[in-house]
Amino acid sequence: MLTYTLRRLLLAIPTLLLISLVIFLLVDLAPGSPASEIPLTVPPEVRAKILEALGVNEPLHVRYLLWLKQFFWVEPLNGFDALFGTTHAEGLQRIISYQTRSPVFPLIAERMPQTLTVIGTAYLVGVLIALPIGIYSAYKQYSLFDQFGTMFAMIGFSVPTFFSGTIFIIVFGVWLGWFPTKYDTTLEVTDWASFLKQLRQMAMPVMVLGLANAAAISRYMRSSMLENMKQDYVRTARAKGMSERTVVLKHVLRNSLIPVVTVIALGIPSIFGGAIITENLFGVNGIGAALIGAIHGNDLPMVQTLAFIFAILIVTFNLIADVLYGLLDPRIRYD
Amino acid sequence: MTDISLDRAESQLAAIWRQFRQHKGAVFGLCVLVFLVAFVLLGPYLWQAETLKVSEALKVKNKPPSLRFPLGTDQLGRDMLDRMISAGRVSLAVGFIAMMIAIFVGTFIGVLAGYFKRLDGPLMRLTDMFLALPLIPLLLVMVMLFRDRIAGIVGPELGAFILIVFAIGVTSWMHAARIVRGEVLALKEREYVLAARSIGAPPRRIILRHILPNVVSPVMVAATLGIAEAIITESVLSFLGLGFPPDFPTWGRLLFDGLQYMQLYPERVIWPGLAISLTVLSVNYIGDGLRDALDPKARGR
Repeated sequence: MLTYTLRRLLLAIPTLLLISLVIFLLVDLAPGSPASEIPLTVPPEVRAKILEALGVNEPLHVRYLLWLKQFFWVEPLNGFDALFGTTHAEGLQRIISYQTRSPVFPLIAERMPQTLTVIGTAYLVGVLIALPIGIYSAYKQYSLFDQFGTMFAMIGFSVPTFFSGTIFIIVFGVWLGWFPTKYDTTLEVTDWASFLKQLRQMAMPVMVLGLANAAAISRYMRSSMLENMKQDYVRTARAKGMSERTVVLKHVLRNSLIPVVTVIALGIPSIFGGAIITENLFGVNGIGAALIGAIHGNDLPMVQTLAFIFAILIVTFNLIADVLYGLLDPRIRYD
Repeated sequence: MTDISLDRAESQLAAIWRQFRQHKGAVFGLCVLVFLVAFVLLGPYLWQAETLKVSEALKVKNKPPSLRFPLGTDQLGRDMLDRMISAGRVSLAVGFIAMMIAIFVGTFIGVLAGYFKRLDGPLMRLTDMFLALPLIPLLLVMVMLFRDRIAGIVGPELGAFILIVFAIGVTSWMHAARIVRGEVLALKEREYVLAARSIGAPPRRIILRHILPNVVSPVMVAATLGIAEAIITESVLSFLGLGFPPDFPTWGRLLFDGLQYMQLYPERVIWPGLAISLTVLSVNYIGDGLRDALDPKARGR
């Protein structure tokens, strides 16, 4: 298992390097050059100096390697400094946003908590809704509940979050007036009243994202339960006179959760992608909104960094899912 | 004569059709999809929007549904029904063409990887890498950065269409490639492939004549689901304001345009959203039904 994990970790490095190259080239070779962002009233010699300061005159491979160095060496060093108050990173060039002329990473760190609160809660809610639905519809296969669950999942797959979110806003925000239509990022939770306010403004984005995730996960849970219900050990457990509750919720559920856990881990990065839409719709000021803002503002370093962070998330969670599967299921041995 | 052709059809297509009809959801999906396709294809012949001058159009802006404008008008006095029809044409066209690109690329790579052992490793690593790419961010960046350049060459409308269809196509072939590779790996060990090889058939003929016809069914299912995915991806791009221009709308773009007026005129968001959701729902159900119908093991039962 350990050798497998190590091998996968080593294999992840070339994958990530290749992805970083793709992201870098895609953004770097594109026609929207930073030169077009400088006002035309700036004299040519000043313009040349600005471009030189931005580092866009260097050859391609130099810029790529410099970007890699900044991403993997300078920025972690800065994070280390910020944590422990040391000054290792002093004087090293950081990744600078074209929009704000400040380092990119603190900007992203500022946005991260909003995304994590909303997205994290949404995913948790999604899983908590999905598991009981999946378990019960497998236990009562072809029942009314099962058919309803199947339809719920199909609709959850098919209705895109930007539409379900809009419907939620119209119904609960505009007609009923239960929840605010926009998320207020400046709200600080200090007492009970502000906590309630936070809950109310989180309700809609969390429900929209949560339901979309619940649809897929409940299907996996159902089919995994169905597969296990037919196994011999279930008959044995029943024959021993165990209560139905113990058989289903202990024996079958534990074994059925193995593939579902990996599916849940695999879904985490894609939910960050989905967050781009939800954040945009509800005005959550997270990293998805930061990406859209950076794209509209032609802020290449910010776009490159965010896209690469998304890629790292995907690769990491793929790895976690594979390793988890091996750890949880004793029948799977990779070595 | 008709009897003979009917008899022949009974053996293959009719069996699939009979199984397909058993799936209620799939039949419902097929009906809805046929209706939607008819709506966008025949719509322009059945419903012609009046040509209004700007001064006239401004007088009829933001109208509720009426006999003159069955779905009302938008903030510029444009007939919503007419816009829904033309937007649907573009949305469905994007879905179909992007899916065809994805299936073509996916099948090509899958067959190469499955049939030629030497190519298997590199091609599958490439597939893994594409699967690890953050697609929505990358698509947004691609559209954003290349839109003006391509629009300058072929015009804004065709440019947006080509760019988006191409971008979606080249970023969604991976699942098809994996499915096809798996099938080809199993098929090439079969006796009839060995027989074909032993009489000296070149790899090209073996692939085209003996292997490809047998991967059609899983590819069909993947293709159906691919349409749904492509339509959603396109509408996400349009929804984020990085899709089609407003005078060449898709359903996603109409939804994006209606968003500002959502509180006063919610129907302007609901119609396009409903159209997208219904299309995707029906396509997903059809895919489900096809999977059951094309699987000979399930059909036998």
